[in-house]
Amino acid sequence: MSNKEYKHFQHAHCESGVSSNLLKHEGIELSEPMAFGIGAGLFFGHLPFVKINGAPGTTYRIWPGAIVKRVASRLNIKIHSERFRDPAKAMKALDDVLAQGKPVGMLGSVFYLPYLPEAFRFHFNAHNFVAYGKEGRDYLISDPVMEIVTKIAPEDLVKARFAKGTPEPKGFMYYVTETPKEMDMRSAIEKGIKQMCYFMMAPPIPWFGNKGIFLLANQIKNYPRKLEPRRASLYLGNVIRMQEEIGTGGAGFRYLYAAFLQEAGQLLKNDELLKFSEELTKIGDNWRNFAYRAARIMKDRKSELVSYDELSDLLKQCGTDEKALFLRLQKIKL
Amino acid sequence: MDIKDVPQDKRETTHASDIKKLMYAVGKDGQYTGVNYEGWEPENIVLAQTWEDIDENLKLVLAQVKAGELSPIAYFMHKSLMDTTLLASYAGKWKWQVKRHFKPSVFNSLSADMLEKYARIFNITVDELKNFGKGK
Repeated sequence: MSNKEYKHFQHAHCESGVSSNLLKHEGIELSEPMAFGIGAGLFFGHLPFVKINGAPGTTYRIWPGAIVKRVASRLNIKIHSERFRDPAKAMKALDDVLAQGKPVGMLGSVFYLPYLPEAFRFHFNAHNFVAYGKEGRDYLISDPVMEIVTKIAPEDLVKARFAKGTPEPKGFMYYVTETPKEMDMRSAIEKGIKQMCYFMMAPPIPWFGNKGIFLLANQIKNYPRKLEPRRASLYLGNVIRMQEEIGTGGAGFRYLYAAFLQEAGQLLKNDELLKFSEELTKIGDNWRNFAYRAARIMKDRKSELVSYDELSDLLKQCGTDEKALFLRLQKIKL
Repeated sequence: MDIKDVPQDKRETTHASDIKKLMYAVGKDGQYTGVNYEGWEPENIVLAQTWEDIDENLKLVLAQVKAGELSPIAYFMHKSLMDTTLLASYAGKWKWQVKRHFKPSVFNSLSADMLEKYARIFNITVDELKNFGKGK
């Protein structure tokens, strides 16, 4: 049994944050931006026909579990991950690993995590956090979005791990089993960058990657034409909420990825990466401007066409600038 | 974004929202670093409006429950921020079945097991569920 004390670090995004914290515990210093970059966490998807909480689904990140998996495979780290059908078995498995002194990463619904402030607790099922021990019946929790560690009762934890909806976490948990003596950061960084660019640029269908940004921009243009004002505002609000609220989607992810490009550039002494980082920071500022303008429209309860048109153009600009950047970035040789 | 531009706009929500999240911003030396922030106006607007909508809607449903037009299931579903699709998957029922349970007459004839199930989903007691909206 290892008795090494678990140390909590706060991060901007849950899955890259959990990856970083789990690896730090094993003595591997991998920052959150590095985990996000190597795990190719940046993505985009807009599905007008899939309604989540009554509004079209928008995602700014790769599907849950992918970052951890990719980081592990690119750095030769062995991670055991498991899903469960039976809640009792899932809790028993968690207890067994915790008894060995291993912190465990988990997927769960934000709604059932009472330690988070109520205003943020929606039915969002792809949240990642770490359990690092037990105190009596309660689980000791390190949630990367929180400043400090916290606790949760088993009844709540089991609800969070077995939440229903899209996607269902099904008790998903993961922990590090083996760490390598050496890691090839250069190759891991290159693979991470290439994969992110590929996922953004390659999908031939309109809903995913860079094309999805343009699809969303066109949809937004039509909101005031097709929807009653209240619904238009609700749809727009959901775009912004997914972007900025839950896990720092739009602009926050651009900054996080820019931080990765900077760290990678400094590590590999590559000036090109540093320039890409600066460029992406500016694009992040534009995403922020988009969110800012959208929120103004909502606040003033405007529904005139021109304001939605402007908004659509702002988003298209983000998409155009990113396309230009990713097409160059994917050719980089490290 | 520059560190000096990181917003610290306090949230004003009717529901607890006290958390200082982290974001990455560029310092004077051009170096990215994590910075805590209290909140950002656009985020706050959207969050406040989302809750306004939820609370307004909940009031309407409450009035309908009190008027005997809807069963307590409808109220607690909204209170739990669920829609019929989500509630149906928690209850292990079809959507149309859950919708039927919104009818007070159908609700009154639900089995003890079913009531127990709903109470557990909503994290309340069966009595609270059964007697909700009565009196007062």
